[in-house]
Amino acid sequence: MFDKNAKPSPRRQQQLDRYKQLVERMSPNSDMGKGLLRAFWVGGTICTLGQALQEIGKAWLGMNNTAASTFCSTVLVFLTALLTGLGVWDKIGQYAGAGAFVPISGFANAMVSPAMEFRREGLVLGLGAKLFTIAGPVLVWGVSASVIVGIIYAIWPW
Amino acid sequence: MQGTIELLRRPRLCMGAAIAGKKEGEGPLGTGYDQVIEDDLFGEESWEKAECRFFYTACDTCIRKAGLTREQVDVLLGGDLLNQITSASMAARELKIPFLGLYGACSTMAEGLCIAAMLVDAGHVRTALCAASSHFCSAERQYRFPLEYGNQRTPTAQWTVTGSGASLISSDESLPAIAQCTHVTIGRVTDLGVADANNMGAAMAPAAADTLARHFRDTHRTPGDYDLIITGDLGQVGHDILLELMRQRGVPLITERYIDCGLEVFSPGQDVHAGGSGCGCSAIVLNSHILERIRRGEVHRVLFMATGALLSTTTSQQGETIPGIAHAIVLEGCSACSGAS
Repeated sequence: MFDKNAKPSPRRQQQLDRYKQLVERMSPNSDMGKGLLRAFWVGGTICTLGQALQEIGKAWLGMNNTAASTFCSTVLVFLTALLTGLGVWDKIGQYAGAGAFVPISGFANAMVSPAMEFRREGLVLGLGAKLFTIAGPVLVWGVSASVIVGIIYAIWPW
Repeated sequence: MQGTIELLRRPRLCMGAAIAGKKEGEGPLGTGYDQVIEDDLFGEESWEKAECRFFYTACDTCIRKAGLTREQVDVLLGGDLLNQITSASMAARELKIPFLGLYGACSTMAEGLCIAAMLVDAGHVRTALCAASSHFCSAERQYRFPLEYGNQRTPTAQWTVTGSGASLISSDESLPAIAQCTHVTIGRVTDLGVADANNMGAAMAPAAADTLARHFRDTHRTPGDYDLIITGDLGQVGHDILLELMRQRGVPLITERYIDCGLEVFSPGQDVHAGGSGCGCSAIVLNSHILERIRRGEVHRVLFMATGALLSTTTSQQGETIPGIAHAIVLEGCSACSGAS
């Protein structure tokens, strides 16, 4: 185990391979069709609601495009935070998977749930330190990716 | 012989107590628990304190049911799933019984029973108490995600049981007895390369097969010699794999005489995917349902084997595979235990 270059003996490797096959055979897979359908209708509904909010902003609240899309994001984030706080959002997430977390709602849930969970350890070392445990990686790699794309775009503007 | 020890003085399992959470109370064994706690927080301010109180209450109930006082218990052996087994240690702080903390992940109940039975058998202690606890909410936040985070669980994932069970083992013949402990088989850490922390059953099944096979070899017994073989929390996937592994080893288990606590504790309608898990899972099922069946004489000789997945979030993130372990203890029912020792 402590020899980095050691390979399992052929017999051990065969045992590992056979067990891997057995586990794959015995473990149920996620139902892809059902998962896609649920993600599609829940995600679609959230996006439709977002679009409706934008249109309402523009038609009735005198907003321009930028203000209306900010309004849409704000309301969706607020609603998700509220539903997270009420203990409903995790059930929606379990049901709809990516359909629930790909829209901006997922980001709100990823921020509010650790805030609630780690509040008990204090405002600084609990809430403060752990607030970004889920959203942090998304921010780090999202921002990094956008910087790289930005550089490429600056060199080859098309 | 490696790992199987016959307990010649037949220490007696005198009493069991099981304290379960709300979801467990709604499960098929709900009526058998000593107490079902409807409030996940058990009146406390954190999940960790709640779990500690579950542990404490199980121990306290078990001692009282046996008609003893804490001073009459020589040693407490127990553990839980949390880092540094704080639920058990902090409950022991209140109980003030000499304490040996154990970490065997979900195998802790069986580990405790094995050690307690050996201590009593050897005559080092007269009365030993073993306990184990887990709490869905404290386990989720330590091993997975915040409770309210909307992640999707995989079909092989299991649901950590909220609850705690305690058993009292003693050589005191004036105490009521449910069963006598005849053999223990200490598990070997076994790893067949499963790295998926959402498929613990598959990670632990090889350890269970290893312990069972060694037990049968050492005792010259077969699965047919047991009225019931009980695994801790293999869940549906691990249960099926264990049956297959034992078939491959040439000692097939008798399906009707093999149960898994993870499958008993919840009903399929409770949306727990592959079943229950956690130290509390085997602890509450053994100390309610199983002991009751032994007491009623429905089953006489049972082999109780709890399995544990010895991973941490750190080793898991570093890509390590999951080592499994399984400890087994044989319990034989005795309507008239006195004189048997």
